[in-house]
Amino acid sequence: MTVTEDMNSQAGAERQDTQVPRQPAPADPSRVALKTSRRDFLKSGGMLSLSSLMGTAALMTESDDAQAAIEWAEHFQKNYRLMTPEEKAEARARLERRYSEEYGKKVTVDTTEAQPGVLMGYALNIRKCIGCRRCVHACVAENNQSRGRNRPGEKIEWIQVLRMERGKFEAEKMNHGYPEGLGIQVGGNAYTPVGQVLEGQYHYTPDLVPEKDATYMPIACMQCEKPPCVKVCPVRTTYREPDGVVVIDYNWCIGCRMCMGACPYWARRLNVTNPVLPKEEMNPVTHYLGNRPRMRGVVEKCHWCLQRTRHGRYPACVEACPVGARKFGNLLDPNSEVSLILARKNVFRLKAELNTFPKFFYFYD
Amino acid sequence: MLIRFISDYVRYVLKGGSKFYTWMGILGVFILGMLYVFYLQNTDGLIVTGMTSQIHEGLYFANLVFLVGVAAGAVTIVFPAYGYHHEGMHKVAVLGEMLAITAVIMVMMFVFAHMGRPDRLWHMIPPWGIYSFSSMLGWDVMVLTGYLFLNFVCGFYYLWCKYTGNPINYKWFLPVVWVAIVWALSIHTVTAFLISTMPARPMWHHSMMPIRFITTAFAAGPALIILAFLIIRNNTRFWIDDSVIKLLTTIVTWCLGIAIFLTLSEVVVELYARTEHANGLYYLMFGLHGLTRLVPWFWSSVVLMVGAFILFLIPRFRNDFKLLVIPCVMSFAGIWIEKGMGLIVPGFIPTPIGEVTEYYPTFVEWLMTLGIWAFGFFILTILLKGAIGILLGEVKYGGKPATAGYGAQAAAAK
Ligand code: SF4
Ligand code: SF4
Repeated sequence: MTVTEDMNSQAGAERQDTQVPRQPAPADPSRVALKTSRRDFLKSGGMLSLSSLMGTAALMTESDDAQAAIEWAEHFQKNYRLMTPEEKAEARARLERRYSEEYGKKVTVDTTEAQPGVLMGYALNIRKCIGCRRCVHACVAENNQSRGRNRPGEKIEWIQVLRMERGKFEAEKMNHGYPEGLGIQVGGNAYTPVGQVLEGQYHYTPDLVPEKDATYMPIACMQCEKPPCVKVCPVRTTYREPDGVVVIDYNWCIGCRMCMGACPYWARRLNVTNPVLPKEEMNPVTHYLGNRPRMRGVVEKCHWCLQRTRHGRYPACVEACPVGARKFGNLLDPNSEVSLILARKNVFRLKAELNTFPKFFYFYD
Repeated sequence: MLIRFISDYVRYVLKGGSKFYTWMGILGVFILGMLYVFYLQNTDGLIVTGMTSQIHEGLYFANLVFLVGVAAGAVTIVFPAYGYHHEGMHKVAVLGEMLAITAVIMVMMFVFAHMGRPDRLWHMIPPWGIYSFSSMLGWDVMVLTGYLFLNFVCGFYYLWCKYTGNPINYKWFLPVVWVAIVWALSIHTVTAFLISTMPARPMWHHSMMPIRFITTAFAAGPALIILAFLIIRNNTRFWIDDSVIKLLTTIVTWCLGIAIFLTLSEVVVELYARTEHANGLYYLMFGLHGLTRLVPWFWSSVVLMVGAFILFLIPRFRNDFKLLVIPCVMSFAGIWIEKGMGLIVPGFIPTPIGEVTEYYPTFVEWLMTLGIWAFGFFILTILLKGAIGILLGEVKYGGKPATAGYGAQAAAAK
């Protein structure tokens, strides 16, 4: 029995406890630093930029238009990557305040940076997936996705579990033309092709999973090493973090949707309207680049639960998977689960011909 | 002097008969409608449009791409004028520039309509924002702005000289004109690159896109110009030479011919092998999985384009300026469909994960589109009317305060 199989056999909750130390310890010095600077900043009563002046004013006066002032300041804040630590602290304080008021609970907005020596990687055992879609639901709950049901487009799910009928050979179709439906006979085609999905077909709701003649293929953002979505963004609001996760600064996205066109994995979603996020269902533990509530008109996607993984925890989908099909870890650590899988299993990536080099690997034993 | 120029220009444009005011009034109603749906879109979000995460570019983007072509098409006047010293063209070159200005402004309005967060567009403008050299959209914005600027300078400098009676300073004017001519090609090429550089969308991912874009642009743009010129000829004292319209007709005909040829090549290449990558085109031509919404659009565009090409080849249509209107309208409409429903939308069907889904432009989208077109015609009328006034010598520095004669009023009556 290999080490990897050993790990696979561990139960979800237990696994989380035992495997966590593989991740760098969440010492998080940046957080401490940010707190001090924010206090300083409040004391000094203002920064140079217009936005910070307005933000400060709002924070200090506790006036009725605090909300409006915060939004105003948010509107003029810089691209997250270009902010100084002080500005980041300020943006964070502003957001925490606004979200807390909006959702009626204490919301935190984490700004932890990427940990040195970490390159996050993901592996999924395609044989084990039973298509139960618990990862999808866990993801929606963890990452504050829009849950509207009234109008199409209000519901957003980052993970798709594609349900595909198994192809099969049939005697009566042995002499059918190929390509299907185009009548020009160039040999028989007894095989029913798989892989075509109609709109919304991945929202299937069977009584029992796995279904007899279906196979399942979960997909989400692959956090490409060469992400085409980053290349096409005209305002550089989406970018690759040092730990390999492709993130979006939701406050800087102009909603041009170029990235959606460029992504070969259909991993990005457009917020066509104000996200429907009931107060009681809102997850208050957020990260600036991660699961904080989004606004109308911007694009969003999976970010491997930065709010968790940067503190050494597993993404929500990994924890939720009842069969342990999902594995997550540090690719730079040769002893991490993912590295061991890459070394010992049969691994493939989707659409390898496009040279996007996903850090999401499919494997089977 | 500049103030005089502006005030004379404005006063001349404002004067017009009832025909003029009705025309502008109707356009104004559509513009108001546009403002309303723009407001809706920016309070409720893009949910009021038919766009979704699957098909996230629709009518707006299609119009944007098409209008970039129209803007580039203006070069078919400017180039013969300055490159071949075509006498008739020279006289009207400035009108082509006015058309280019209008088209670029319309493109920018479609950009505003298309963005999820138009309030954040300043993020693209340095030094406050970030300019990204790796993004084709960034380049597109840059070349478009440049083109607007070049045409504005060329067009209004020329009018200014006519107005004041000063000689044109060819030392810098000619180089700028030449830059503008080359620039015109760049704008539509970059727009083509914008979509053809996406391997995630196999239907767009081929190198024929830029040349196909240029040919369709040089068919649709001049077709519109011919129509405008015929209207001007019939309604104003401003005379446009037969030779101008003949030359433009030739350009439209052969660019249309090449465009049809390129489309045919693409169809053969894609459908002969009929790989999975041909699904987009196949959906467009015949439908997929019983979904066939775009099929009528595709075939109507084919009929319009091929029909127009054949009509253009018949001397009776080519030479009779009354009948000429028919193939011109046909090719304009055909290419509009080809760029929109025939290119942008099927690029998203099926999605990269093989999902087949359909797109329905909503009433909001139609109203917005109509409104932006109305706004375009509004500007075009103003620009053309003023320009014609100056070319006719009715607006002149030191002359009597401008009075709109018969010609001017009718010029605007469209
Ligand atoms: S999967 Fe798509 S969204 Fe994710 S990094 Fe790759 S291209 Fe970008
Ligand atoms: S939609 Fe936002 S993230 Fe995507 S390319 Fe446009 S600005 Fe960048």
